[in-house]
Amino acid sequence: MEFIGKTWKFGDNINTDLILPGRAQLFTESEQLRCVFEGNRPGWIDEVAKGDVLIGGHNFGMGSSRPAARSLRNTGLACMVAESINGLFYRNCVNWGFLALECDGISTAFEEGDEAKVSFEDFTITNSRTGDVLQSRPVPDILLNTMKAGGVLPLLEAEGLIAAAE
Amino acid sequence: MGMTAIEKILAKNSGQEVVRPGDLVVVQVGTSVLYDNNFVPSIWREILKVHDPDRVVVVFDHRVPAKDIISATAQKTGRDFVKKFNIERFHDVGAKQGISHVLVADHGYALPGSVLVCGDSHTCSAGVFNCAARGTGAPDMFYAVTKGETWFRVGETIRYDFEGALKAPVSMKDVFLHIADTYGSHANQNVEFGGGALPGLSINARRTMTTMCAELSAEFATFEPDDVMLDYVRERNPAPFEAQYPDEDANYLARRTINLDEMEPLVALPDTVLENSQKVGEVAGTHIDQAFIGSCANGTLDDFAAAAAVLKGNKVASNVRLLVTPGTQNIYLEALRHGYIETLIEAGAVVTNATCGACGGGHLGVLAAGESCITASTRNFKGRMGDPDSKVFMGSPATVAASAIKGTIADPRDFVN
Repeated sequence: MEFIGKTWKFGDNINTDLILPGRAQLFTESEQLRCVFEGNRPGWIDEVAKGDVLIGGHNFGMGSSRPAARSLRNTGLACMVAESINGLFYRNCVNWGFLALECDGISTAFEEGDEAKVSFEDFTITNSRTGDVLQSRPVPDILLNTMKAGGVLPLLEAEGLIAAAE
Repeated sequence: MGMTAIEKILAKNSGQEVVRPGDLVVVQVGTSVLYDNNFVPSIWREILKVHDPDRVVVVFDHRVPAKDIISATAQKTGRDFVKKFNIERFHDVGAKQGISHVLVADHGYALPGSVLVCGDSHTCSAGVFNCAARGTGAPDMFYAVTKGETWFRVGETIRYDFEGALKAPVSMKDVFLHIADTYGSHANQNVEFGGGALPGLSINARRTMTTMCAELSAEFATFEPDDVMLDYVRERNPAPFEAQYPDEDANYLARRTINLDEMEPLVALPDTVLENSQKVGEVAGTHIDQAFIGSCANGTLDDFAAAAAVLKGNKVASNVRLLVTPGTQNIYLEALRHGYIETLIEAGAVVTNATCGACGGGHLGVLAAGESCITASTRNFKGRMGDPDSKVFMGSPATVAASAIKGTIADPRDFVN
């Protein structure tokens, strides 16, 4: 699994209230999507395109358990690569099926708009402009398979443990 | 080489002799706490099979009583789930109402040495009971409830030893702000607390600390077991348990001693608590529109006592709305019996029913653009309590109460010694 996409850069400690504000918690999935980054980057939701790649700083996704990773997945982003991902947000990336990697040095290796090639086979990230190749921390198989499968809900559905999505 | 308390809990519940930082462990879940956000229509997926209904707790806390039709729909869905699977530990609107993490403490649901998961980020609160308690996402909760297990990445552990004693009105909130200010993020790390000061620290005070560890981005926060904690649990839950003590040769990433005698009131500036606090005197005089005391971190009887001690015989400034929200209806009743509610209302505070309320900007005190609030709750992210252009300062219940009286951020030591 490999993606090539245009990058959007975000800084350190991007929190879940920025990704998905509290006022949107009771909204539908499509309504929530419209609110992504409205506080810190209004208008971004209209600029991001399917297949783009988000580059994050340290402790990306700090804060709440809300389905902020689902909203990022719903933007059409192919994946994200951050210096480090908050533990709770990482769980949500796995479980909502949003492909995510942690990679030292990623935020300095890219300028916004650079093209990134991200491999979920060897966990490398290549900057097409500079030619730099970075090695991210590998994702354990059990988590990678869940991410690739679209999260845990399809798995639980297949086992007859939860009802199919309406 | 030995293990830290959290490593031992994770080893025990994953059936392994030893776990080390870097491991990925699959553990048996002792308690799964579902809350109203899990039942919201855009999240909920009908559960067809529950692994063990006796291991499930259901709480409505974020928007109770229902503030709108979607909240009401979520709670109706939750009631249907409780009925379908005969969930006995259910906290609906009424006498048993409260915030999940406070109820987990007050009812002894978190057993020492066990694993507890809940879909709210402040679940680390129950680490005070030597429990591997972690906030998870909603899909995690569907997994834990239906399969009875979950996974954790094992991180390194930082150990804090508390020495000395707190001098009122300085509280554990100030100690937390000191740690967050001095040491910053603990992302992907565990935090373990112990030290000679433990016997003098109430469970409520300790729980303020473990709850706030979510704001450090810690994976797990645990206290070393002691008689105060073990007796507290035994008084509330007859179930057997095995507390896990850290080994003497446990491997910590760092050991830090906090002298409680040296603590003083701090205030976190808006947007984050990480490396962002000042001594209260340095921000005294800052304008506020609202003051809030409540949440899973600061809605306890101790917090009511601290606020009442400051507010007794004083009046809330005319430019300030002081909102106080108990952690549970039972705490509300206890505060009433102690006379705290009368003191607060006479001072001009509005006391609400038990709920998460204003902490998450959901209801009961939402901020408008341009407004400032000082809060004794959990989180001060941009837009956390309302409009993205509102500001949230954070302090202890005593500091919030003092600020409400002055109408600007104020030092609680001006009111109590």
